[in-house]
Amino acid sequence: MDIDKRKRELVKEFSPALENYSLKTKIWIGCLVAIILVGFYAFLVQLINGHIVTGMRDNVVWGIYIINFIFFVGISYSGAFISGILHFFKTPWKNSVSRIVELITVLSLIIGPIFILLCIGRLDRLHYLFLYPRIQSPITWDIIAIMTDLVGCFIYLYLTFIPDFAILRDNKELKVAKWQKKAYRILALNYQDTTEQRERLHKITRTMSVMIIVLAIVAYTVLAWIFSLTLQPGWNSTIFAPYFIIAGLYSGVGVIIISMYAIRKYFHLERYIRKVHFIAAGIVLLVMSLLFGYFTFSEYFARWFSHKENDVHLLDTLFNRYFWEFIFANYIGVLVPIVILFFKKFRTIKSITFAAIIAVLGLWLNRFLIVVPTLETPYLPIQDTRAEFVNYSATWVEYSLSLTGIAAFCLLFTLLIKFVPIIPMSGIIDYERDQKKYNKRQPKKAVK
Amino acid sequence: MTRCIMKNNKNEKSSTDRRKFLKLGLLSSVTAVAGTSLISNLTSEETSTSKEKIRLLTPDGKMVEVDAENVNKYPEAHITPSESRKGIPDRKFVMVIDLAKCKNARKCVEGCQKAHDLDYNEEFMKVQLIQDNPEASPYWLPKPCFHCDEPPCVTVCPTGATFKRDDNIVLVDNDRCIGCKFCVTSCPYSARQFNWGHKDKFKDTSQPYSPETSVPAAEGTVMKCDFCPDMLRQGKLPHCAQSCPMGVIYFGDKNEDIVTNGDETVRFSELIKDRGGYRHLEHLGTKPNVYYLPAVNRQFPLERGFNVDEDIIERYKDVPYVQQLKKDGKI
Repeated sequence: MDIDKRKRELVKEFSPALENYSLKTKIWIGCLVAIILVGFYAFLVQLINGHIVTGMRDNVVWGIYIINFIFFVGISYSGAFISGILHFFKTPWKNSVSRIVELITVLSLIIGPIFILLCIGRLDRLHYLFLYPRIQSPITWDIIAIMTDLVGCFIYLYLTFIPDFAILRDNKELKVAKWQKKAYRILALNYQDTTEQRERLHKITRTMSVMIIVLAIVAYTVLAWIFSLTLQPGWNSTIFAPYFIIAGLYSGVGVIIISMYAIRKYFHLERYIRKVHFIAAGIVLLVMSLLFGYFTFSEYFARWFSHKENDVHLLDTLFNRYFWEFIFANYIGVLVPIVILFFKKFRTIKSITFAAIIAVLGLWLNRFLIVVPTLETPYLPIQDTRAEFVNYSATWVEYSLSLTGIAAFCLLFTLLIKFVPIIPMSGIIDYERDQKKYNKRQPKKAVK
Repeated sequence: MTRCIMKNNKNEKSSTDRRKFLKLGLLSSVTAVAGTSLISNLTSEETSTSKEKIRLLTPDGKMVEVDAENVNKYPEAHITPSESRKGIPDRKFVMVIDLAKCKNARKCVEGCQKAHDLDYNEEFMKVQLIQDNPEASPYWLPKPCFHCDEPPCVTVCPTGATFKRDDNIVLVDNDRCIGCKFCVTSCPYSARQFNWGHKDKFKDTSQPYSPETSVPAAEGTVMKCDFCPDMLRQGKLPHCAQSCPMGVIYFGDKNEDIVTNGDETVRFSELIKDRGGYRHLEHLGTKPNVYYLPAVNRQFPLERGFNVDEDIIERYKDVPYVQQLKKDGKI
């Protein structure tokens, strides 16, 4: 009885976010839709005129599309990793952030692969990947890994939604559209929150939380292999897979912190997302920035020290043509977060968010510096008079579609948190229930 | 006819005859036999029902009598994409490029472009100016696809659009290619090109598409040097080798141990041994089938190669030697 009351309280607390769209939200959604429409036009331009409308040419055949792909999949992977750990170890403060993390995981895993599709010259032949598959190709591995990961993450996300759907279904006071109520009823799968059901659900969620960690690591490793299994000087590196894993976590934690900040501000969730969460995430970011800096240093230091001709050529390009990008990605993008997060007195919510923004931007540039300069410095020198064939510069189509990716991510996120509360209500109830049990047990122990 | 020559013939006796015919075939472009070309196929000599014979003149002036069915009907015959996946039986094609003779006349590039219906800037065969180190003398490097024995492009292709044949040739089937460009990034020799936009020539229906001719190209797919298997089936040399006025490019069969540039026919193994033949970037382990003879005792001074379009010279502006030439006001 007590629990039912608590459930009603929670629904009442979170229902404003679900029931009405404020003017601010409408403007926000409008802007996102506008960006997406421009992106859709850009996509049509690319589809009709071919890839000639992009900045990609024979030497740099992969541009910012593939960078966005690595970036988004990296965020997803790290989301899965963190969420899995939060669930598996039943971290006490997981409730405030777990849903944010899970949504980021699934949404970026939907957006990421769209960018790889933009890279494909003949979308009309996409089904050839299944008609004539070659298991030897790392691309085939990648497709298998990402699709499995996507399915796994979907199941996991859904499992964490079920108890909340049930709470929303059972609440009679919630003023939402009819279809939405119907959706809650169907999606709740007749979950009645009996002890047996709850325990079973917890067990499955826990299993899935471990599964998605493994799936995500596999998917991101295979993605790193797309580069490191080639013979190209900047890519053919044995540490690429672990390097990508760390880099993915670094950017993922960054994106989580930024989302936490935005959601806290927007929904006034100061009660739930507190400074302690930012500091905890900040410490993880600090560890990741140290690891990421270490891997980056090892990678470039070995190339510089052994100075094979092609590596020297690549480093020359990085330190001349891409000087500021290199400094930002691999110095500022690592050192600024370290300095901010290392000293206790610098750790405020705003500064931690700032560090996260720097880390995310730096990491995107770091991906850029892995992909583009390598393609610009092949084994045999590029001898061409056409500037666009020698150096890569992205066109408006590519920028527009990249922004569309970000906008689609934000839009889907906004719509989903209009559908399910951003703080898992069932999680709060579980936590309180556990807390009560614990409190009951404590005095007994004291007697003994 | 097409099917006939596809048949693998393991007959001992016939293989010696085939050797003879290959020599005939490869040399035919400079002889009276050109046009109605020959292809060695002795399977049909044993199994064929037709006993009709045709008399032909060989390059060294001898008259030979061959089975009528062995006379190839190319170029009329069309090799479909699926047929092109099997190589020409018992052949291991190989190319040898004599750097000492190259003067950047660019006839190989032009011949290739014409045959493959390529635009001015689309080059399956590229001539690069390479200076290995600041002290070294630069040299012209004609660079086709190396048709590697361990081709990284074939390994990474997710649909099998690019494939390695038994006769050493690596081809692209642009009917199968999805345009992921992974092969382009994995080729360490930058041999591949992508069709970025639409061009009218893609609609050319005057001949059906065959991976052996690479014509017509298709938007959003990859293309590269194909070693001209359509010519090889006719017993002719690839277009680049045919077009070269200096006889830089030798082409032949490793099984037969013979290569020819149209003027002279030499033993492949001896040529490589005597002239210090090497393969480009051997350390990558791709095992190319294009060999180079080093640019020693050159027949032409390097400067002769600058007698080309301004636009082409501009390509070589980063080579230290060219920068020196420009400084001295020589070009």
